[in-house]
Amino acid sequence: MDFSFSPEQRELQAQARSFLEARFPLSRLAQLIDSEPGWDPSSWTELAELGWLGVSVPESLGGAGLGFVEEAILLEEFGRCLYPGPYLATVAMALPALDDARLAEVANGKARWSALLGPAPDLVPDLNRVDWVVVASEDQVLAVEATGEMLTSIDPTRPMGRLDQVSGELLGKGQEAVRIGRLMRERLLTALALEAVGGAQRVLELSLEHARSREQFGKPIGIYQAVSHPLVDCYVEIELARSLAYWAAWCIGAGHEDASLAASAAKAAAAGAAVRACERAIQTHGGLGFTWESPLHRYYKRALWIERFGGTSAEHRSRVAETLLQRPPTAAAASASGAAVLPEAGAGG
Amino acid sequence: MLEELARANAPQHIGVIGLGMAGPTIIAHGTEAQKSRYLPSILSAGEIWCQGFSEPGSGSDLASVRTRAELRGDTFVLNGQKVWSSYAQIADWCILLVQSDPGAARYQGLTFLLVDMHSPGIEVRPLRQITGDADFNEIFFTDTEVPKAQVLGGIGQGWAVAMTTLLHERATFGFSLTGALEAALGQLLRLAQDQPAQAARLTDAIGREWIQMQALKLTAHRALAQLAASGRPGPEGSIIKLAWSESNQRVTKLARELLPDPILDDGHWYYLQLRSRANSIEAGTSEILRNIIAERVLGLPRSR
Repeated sequence: MDFSFSPEQRELQAQARSFLEARFPLSRLAQLIDSEPGWDPSSWTELAELGWLGVSVPESLGGAGLGFVEEAILLEEFGRCLYPGPYLATVAMALPALDDARLAEVANGKARWSALLGPAPDLVPDLNRVDWVVVASEDQVLAVEATGEMLTSIDPTRPMGRLDQVSGELLGKGQEAVRIGRLMRERLLTALALEAVGGAQRVLELSLEHARSREQFGKPIGIYQAVSHPLVDCYVEIELARSLAYWAAWCIGAGHEDASLAASAAKAAAAGAAVRACERAIQTHGGLGFTWESPLHRYYKRALWIERFGGTSAEHRSRVAETLLQRPPTAAAASASGAAVLPEAGAGG
Repeated sequence: MLEELARANAPQHIGVIGLGMAGPTIIAHGTEAQKSRYLPSILSAGEIWCQGFSEPGSGSDLASVRTRAELRGDTFVLNGQKVWSSYAQIADWCILLVQSDPGAARYQGLTFLLVDMHSPGIEVRPLRQITGDADFNEIFFTDTEVPKAQVLGGIGQGWAVAMTTLLHERATFGFSLTGALEAALGQLLRLAQDQPAQAARLTDAIGREWIQMQALKLTAHRALAQLAASGRPGPEGSIIKLAWSESNQRVTKLARELLPDPILDDGHWYYLQLRSRANSIEAGTSEILRNIIAERVLGLPRSR
């Protein structure tokens, strides 16, 4: 039950799926993540050549001039293959803060970025894999050099560091800083939701393959409802989260006023769905699922990281409720949901 | 349309069984004569329909129905009992699943009939539920005669016809379900605004239910895109009914947490909370829906 993506969007999705499956198969992931530097920096050049770094960068700056819906398609696929690299940090987080010259450098793969949003927490994802960090506060946005101390992240594919200092060139201030900060946050939350959905879907597929092929008591274990029904619940949760993530992506692409609400809703639902899908996958795989060799722990650690980063699911649920409760009584229920239209075919951002 | 009616808190449309179940099934399996006889009055709600599928001994295992239809010449003679039939007390017609060949293999002895509820030998009795109301009925058939021309889809083809009905029940009702849930969430938010102290303790749960409602609504639209593309609802519609029933049960419970005196019957939310317990039983129990999704969507081996 896919969305009505346009033929071009479908093609992008298929292209991303086949490229990433060939370049980052599960069999390569362990070796890549467990050895220095923990990712494949040469892959960044490939992403630039594919045009995936400049999807939403204007064509005049070397980009594709598309929108967030196309970036969303890629983010879901990156999440599915657990790509270890600063794509989320550079494209989802930092882009809205960058001027033309810096956008061109992102599109051609010369500069990688991460970002720090708001006063706390002060942890920067992928700090040792990027050149620059956007530091956004309420009154100003700065470009800070990416130097600092690395810490041990719960997800080895998402190393976290603390900046040495937070001074640098001014990228925006005042109302412009507020606008940039809000857009960065909406894009981050939606990107996290998309990565979560992509990863959860892959992990569910692994569980289903195992439930079909693993036999105990002379039958495939998927025949037992104690095994199958919890997997159904994971599937339902993932499908619902996917609808929210696409809605949020569409809102951002269209500049819709519900973007912030949608991003929080999507993040809360998708992070929870991913954590539960991974936990259920480990249980479904039994002892095999608990081994270091199994890819499941890598997805689980990513899901746990997504659940924490940018605010927990519980925080976002409360934020959604508080937003709705502040609306006038008659509008509280209807307005946001009344606007809940889905992207038409080809609705880019 | 069903979504808009439900969002507006309109009373349930009296022709809902005709529009959502009988109509689509007649379109799929009816003869031209049957289509021109029944469809116009379904659309105009000039004739009301009810459904006769479940029996006291046949709930989730629908293929085991025992209401007997014996063919004598050009007439079926019905004997047996149906249960959980909404609108049977006012219905003009009934979509009825019967056993027409007790010797046949499972699924092959069933026939789907369109039965005139004004025929002699039909008795409708209201069935009281845990809410105290009687929304549903039992229908008793005693030597009720139905002309053979009233068969929909062929003698012995009843199972396939009934599956069409159930697919449409879950898929097209998806919109009225999500629309009604949206209306309930609107009422819950107004209640929360009136009770800020209680609401402040429950923002996590309120946010969770609104997000779930929104996700269901968006997913129903995605399922509709699927229906438009293929012309036939997919089993994905089952996920909406499954998730909706559990949502509605949590929402009505949560609303009562916001009331000033939840130990008292407020006359609204308490009724809805009790009524919601049927949501995970009617139109396919949650257990059956999980089996359907496991087998037909996820490709897991059959459990039965």
